[in-house]
Amino acid sequence: MNNLLEIQGLSKTYDRVQALTNVNLSIGPGHITGLLGPNGSGKTTLIKIICGLLQPTSGAVYVDGMPIGTESKKVISYLPDQTYLNDNMTVEATITMFRDFYADFDMNRAYNMLTNLGINPKFKLKTLSKGTKEKVQLILVMSRRAKLYILDEPIAGVDPAARDYILRTIIGNYDPSASILISTHLIADVERILDEAIFLQYGNVRLYQPIDTIRSETGKSVDELFREVYRC
Amino acid sequence: MPWILNASGPIFVQLIEHLQNNIVSGKYDPGQKLPSVRDLAFDAGVNPNTMQRALSELESTGLVHSETTSGRFITEDKKMIDELRASLADSLKQEFFINMGKLGFSEKEILQFVNQNSTAK
Repeated sequence: MNNLLEIQGLSKTYDRVQALTNVNLSIGPGHITGLLGPNGSGKTTLIKIICGLLQPTSGAVYVDGMPIGTESKKVISYLPDQTYLNDNMTVEATITMFRDFYADFDMNRAYNMLTNLGINPKFKLKTLSKGTKEKVQLILVMSRRAKLYILDEPIAGVDPAARDYILRTIIGNYDPSASILISTHLIADVERILDEAIFLQYGNVRLYQPIDTIRSETGKSVDELFREVYRC
Repeated sequence: MPWILNASGPIFVQLIEHLQNNIVSGKYDPGQKLPSVRDLAFDAGVNPNTMQRALSELESTGLVHSETTSGRFITEDKKMIDELRASLADSLKQEFFINMGKLGFSEKEILQFVNQNSTAK
């Protein structure tokens, strides 16, 4: 079993709401996979289970062959959809904290990206705009040399010019044996850097295919296909 | 030339077209070494696997070849490059005639139009 992420028969129920139903997925190393789906389709629930923040109701998840636990968390670098950093800390102090926390954190990478994005490390997080704060969080996550990066809505609050830089940063910084799972609604922006896409619907995997297979079979971009599949 | 990608059509096909244009236009010289997959992917803002696929397809046509340790190179076969250039130009010409036909131009009118256009400059 060489898959970086292996999900078997995964289900999750909150009280009476069925969030995920019998999800099966295998993601190999070296992929950038889009996790796509409308609001409430189970994207964040799936991500939180992989990261060990939620317990599945049934089924199994393996990351790099390991069940979810302390060891699996070491190889996952996770960008949550909400901020969790201390607003009173400076960017610099936050980076130092990450270095202390994660053995695989690369300070040089972090400072390079800060410089390229013109972010002053002496500033406190609370003085930064929403978009800049998001950039800092993404820098922190991409500066780890992890095996699986999980990015939940990484560029939602970032302006289009910086989005481009960030997407390139993602391509330029991940190790070819690592994989990235990106949940996003900004499909048109992200599509080019993906090589495969997962469509979730009502807690099920509706489609899991390479981007260029989708494009050649449907004649549509993934963004167009998404709008068609999930038309309200 | 920046990498311009359309929303429709497979991305790797568009990458192939872009690389072919760079080769036939002389932006890449015959025998020249290509940048690494990663650098090309970064430059184009695309997934490295997609770039890899485009390069593999170009390799299978012989336009590009890889040396196990030193990387990928453009073919030194100038004849092959010239033939590709001619065939790419030919399909653009066909397409031009078809599109002008849709505007109601006869073949004679199209030729007239092209001549006018070039003398106007």
